[in-house]
Amino acid sequence: MEARPDIAVALVVLLPFVAAALFPLVHRLVGDVAGWVAALVPLAGFAALWPLVGSVSDGVPVRVAWPWAPSWGLELSFLVDGLSLTFALTIAGVGALVLLYSGAYLKGHRQGLFLGFLLAFMGAMQGLVLADNLVALYLFWELTSVASFLLIGFDHTRQAARRAAIQALVVTGIGGLCLLAAGVTIRAVTGSWDLSAAGSLAGEAYPLLVGLVLAAAFTKSAQVPFHFWLPNAMEAPTPVSAYLHSATMVQGGVYLVARMTPHLGGEPIWNTTLMAFGGATLLWGAVMALRQTDLKQMLAQTTLASLGLLMLLLGAGTELAITGAVLYFLAHALYKAGLFLVVGAIDHGTGTRDITALGGLRDHMTVTFIGTIMASAAMLGLPPLLGFFAKEEMYAALALGQVQPLVALAALVLGNALLGAIGLAVLIKPFMGEVLPTPIRPHEAPMAMLAGPLVLGALGIVAGLMPAQLGELLAAPATSAVLGDAVDTHLKLGVDLMGWPFWLSVATWGLAAAAYLRLDAGRALLRRLDGKLGWSFDRGFDAVYFGLVRLAGRVTRLLHHGRLELYLLVVFAMLAVAAIGPLWAMGGLPAWPRTADLRFYEWGVVALAVAGIVTVVLARSRLFAILALGVQGLAVALLYLLVGAPDLGFTQFMVETLSVVILALVMTRLDLDAADGRPFEDWARDGGVALLGGIAVTGLLWAVLDRPLDLRLSDFFNAHAAPVAHGRNVVNVILVDFRGLDTLGEISVVMTAGIAILALIRSARRRPTVADPKPAAQRRRKATA
Amino acid sequence: MNTLIFRTVAPLLTAVMLVFSVFVLLRGHNEPGGGFIGGLIAASALAIYGMAMGAEAARHALRVHPIAVAGFGLALAGLAGMLSLAFDLPFMTGLWAMFEIDRVEVAISTPMVFDIGVYLVVFGTIAAVALALEADEGAG
Repeated sequence: MEARPDIAVALVVLLPFVAAALFPLVHRLVGDVAGWVAALVPLAGFAALWPLVGSVSDGVPVRVAWPWAPSWGLELSFLVDGLSLTFALTIAGVGALVLLYSGAYLKGHRQGLFLGFLLAFMGAMQGLVLADNLVALYLFWELTSVASFLLIGFDHTRQAARRAAIQALVVTGIGGLCLLAAGVTIRAVTGSWDLSAAGSLAGEAYPLLVGLVLAAAFTKSAQVPFHFWLPNAMEAPTPVSAYLHSATMVQGGVYLVARMTPHLGGEPIWNTTLMAFGGATLLWGAVMALRQTDLKQMLAQTTLASLGLLMLLLGAGTELAITGAVLYFLAHALYKAGLFLVVGAIDHGTGTRDITALGGLRDHMTVTFIGTIMASAAMLGLPPLLGFFAKEEMYAALALGQVQPLVALAALVLGNALLGAIGLAVLIKPFMGEVLPTPIRPHEAPMAMLAGPLVLGALGIVAGLMPAQLGELLAAPATSAVLGDAVDTHLKLGVDLMGWPFWLSVATWGLAAAAYLRLDAGRALLRRLDGKLGWSFDRGFDAVYFGLVRLAGRVTRLLHHGRLELYLLVVFAMLAVAAIGPLWAMGGLPAWPRTADLRFYEWGVVALAVAGIVTVVLARSRLFAILALGVQGLAVALLYLLVGAPDLGFTQFMVETLSVVILALVMTRLDLDAADGRPFEDWARDGGVALLGGIAVTGLLWAVLDRPLDLRLSDFFNAHAAPVAHGRNVVNVILVDFRGLDTLGEISVVMTAGIAILALIRSARRRPTVADPKPAAQRRRKATA
Repeated sequence: MNTLIFRTVAPLLTAVMLVFSVFVLLRGHNEPGGGFIGGLIAASALAIYGMAMGAEAARHALRVHPIAVAGFGLALAGLAGMLSLAFDLPFMTGLWAMFEIDRVEVAISTPMVFDIGVYLVVFGTIAAVALALEADEGAG
């Protein structure tokens, strides 16, 4: 059958979203087998992608694109090359097993919604690794963060889950914004939204781009010092930890760095930063894993270490290092997802995840035990598993080099040894030794929950037995994509017993065994240290986060104090400053004094307006002041009529009339004294601001009149109103035709304001009964009596 | 305020003002006037009616809630703008149809429909606020 890449990509990226939207419904139809049904979606994706492997491994990437927003030069483009294909196949493959597992793990716990979230996440993740367009990349990147938020906080009745969800969203969201900025910068530099068209990005923007891309990658992939969200994310149900927080989403940052390597890599700043942060994260995670007793937390810390290891290898940047990273990514996805699923099965079967409370499970959970053996062996990197080849490759990459690689090599050996020790602990402590009493009598997990660990473990062995084929189909094409240079595979089945890498592996195993034997002592020591320190990145996040919340609260209270007279004072003072400030600063103040050439009746109208405003100020009663204000307004309307603006004058008449009516009605509702009895200080302050505002606006108008009037717009409207818009009233034609969109906006505002006013009037009417129901009830009783 | 004279004159005044408001609305394209000013006049008319006969009577006379009138007006204005999309023209392109009825040329146009929408929004919103303020304490 002819491989249709566009259909394949659509199936892989879009089908999960469609399935996610429908899944709560599907779940109601199929009930308990929902997990099996959901697993069909990634299987379909996997089957659709598999035919592309041939073309891609021949070095021909497949690019598909659909028009998205053509007028912006945007198209929804996807690129299937060795790198994206390796990730996409992993996401689909692990996804199928995790969905199957979730069906059994979450039986009866809002399963339909959970599987829907997982499917939506899968679509976003596939989009992320396949996207070529930078806007699409950003979009899918953020969608994975949102899906992660929903899944971590799935058990939203627990405070810890909500906190972890928000923390993950905030940290990865900051990275997402950096990615957006990076995408826009790349577009500005290259003129294209497509990453595949970018080429080398060396240039003026290079340091900025490196900073933005690495910030995005380090937050997503939980590198020190942004690592703290990942252990907290273990609040999510176990399948989420297996899928999002070890095998796929957290690898998004690793993917981004690999994807950007052809465009940004090769410079010392890039390589050194990656190796430094990666190495630090590797050692931090490996050491912190020793401290934990919760199996899930142990695995979470080792995931940090593995992410750091991948960053370190990508930073090293040689062909061997990249191949090592690709192999390690695959091996890690297989064994770590497997281990998480195993831990979920143990939790499910015994009711606890505490490694010190578990023992002797090998007889009760034999199948789980077998799955754990395969995963732990891969974690230790024993031959002939895939994990072994990954380790050999990374040692070979760094064994022959100068000082910097030697430091990195030491970090790698130490990190791998500590990871191996954890692998031994997860295998030996719960399963060997004496049976310890557990909350639930130990029992084997159901089929659907065992399939994951077994299949993933078996895949690790199969891949380890066929390194040449794996190298040709996935590892070499992926390495080529990262290096931007075609490479051939050099992987083969067999061990070079004389080579450096093998002896480093032996050293790793030895160190791992030693670390395992000293595990309890090490844990006690770390806990003592931790107790003395009294500070953690997690608490630092809280300090910053709640500090921001407090600051926002303070700013809000400062600006939003609820005192109307102060709001008005600020508004009018700012109006005065805005009107006259620039004129004063730039020396454009109008000439003074001026004479006005007015007719006697025009003077009469001006006198009326002045009389009105003086009355407003002097009036004893508020009602009288309102009426006087109306008189002043009507005088202004008359002026408009006299100088030839009938529409404006007409409208002003009506507005003034209605203002008086509505102000008078408002007055009757407010419980005010009839007279305005404000103290002299307030009177002077308000009067001063009012005077200032009046002077400022007058000055601005004079300044405008000092210049020749620019008639271009008036001429245009006059010339076109009748012939083009069929109207002789230019004002009306502007309102409903030339500037109709503005009017549409304005009437929307008018209506919204009206609704708000109605709501205010109603809430003011209800308030006494809401705030104090008892007296109201008493009043009613009195009234009826 | 509820004098006999006012209560007798108010309905009459309201009727005249409403007719006048429609007249102002329709002449607006060529003479001073238009939807905004027409809406203000109509709102004043209803406010006068409410003052004389009570807010409840005014509401009853209007039959629908004034804010619903405003909403209808906003939708009408928006739809008038969208009509041009059907002819593959940009949003809010004016469309004109001229008829000759008994040797008098009558123009029907989307700007006119738009202006009617403006009229209804202004009328509905101001009338709603005025009636709500006029309503007695505790009434809806």
